Amino acid sequence: MKVKELVAALDLTVRSGAAKLERDITGAYVSDLLSDVMSNAREGNVWITLQIHPNIVAVASLLNLAAVIVSRGAEPEEATITKAEEEGIVLLTSREPSFEVAGQLYRLLHKG
Amino acid sequence: MKNGTNPEADRDQKICLSFNVEGGNFLSAGEASIRLKHTLQHIGYPASLIRRVAVAAYEAEMNIIIHADSGVLKAEVTPEAVTIWAEDKGPGIEDIGLAMQEGYSTAPNYIREMGFGAGMGLPNIKRCADIFEIETHVGIGTKIRIVIFNKQKTN
Repeated sequence: MKVKELVAALDLTVRSGAAKLERDITGAYVSDLLSDVMSNAREGNVWITLQIHPNIVAVASLLNLAAVIVSRGAEPEEATITKAEEEGIVLLTSREPSFEVAGQLYRLLHKG
Repeated sequence: MKNGTNPEADRDQKICLSFNVEGGNFLSAGEASIRLKHTLQHIGYPASLIRRVAVAAYEAEMNIIIHADSGVLKAEVTPEAVTIWAEDKGPGIEDIGLAMQEGYSTAPNYIREMGFGAGMGLPNIKRCADIFEIETHVGIGTKIRIVIFNKQKTN
């Protein structure tokens, strides 16, 4: 599944990295602890989090994640969006809480 | 924050990088590790090795930003290994045994609310490293040395 298909299926808003939506998704990880994400998220994963500060971009960049979804209508800081654009990180937002986002994504990734 | 990258390639194919890391500067946090990662990608290191270096360097860099006044993150890259030194002027670690336990943290609340200080930094570094050494003096600072060899190793 490509990031752009995820954006359409979950009605997500693209906040940065619009040029990188053709990338394939390898899985997903849900956590708000950055060290936990560093330790357990894998390359090409989508990361679902409530964190909105610029450090989520560094984590996504170091792990080469496919996208970050900021959930529950949380608004990423301006510096986060700027940094994500600089680093070429796909930053998405959802009105749904993490549980709902993860549940929908799980179903999409595991069907068939 | 001065984040000077000075790649110096010598005849032994050795690249040395050095970054100043400022305590409390969360805005630039991770930049040193990202630069190191880009360097390794540029010279074609295997992805699994780059991941281990990225995780170890990031945790070492964040430890300086979270806990210390200032510090330096240095890396030496050869075809055989990546060596990282993180040296800071800071509070030091009172009980290394506790600090190595997953979940133990001395980070203040406002830092934990940002998702840092989960007590996983040093354990994450150790897990990624082939050699991990730590020297700390309370009230003076902490020095860490990490070596990751360029060979396939399951994480």
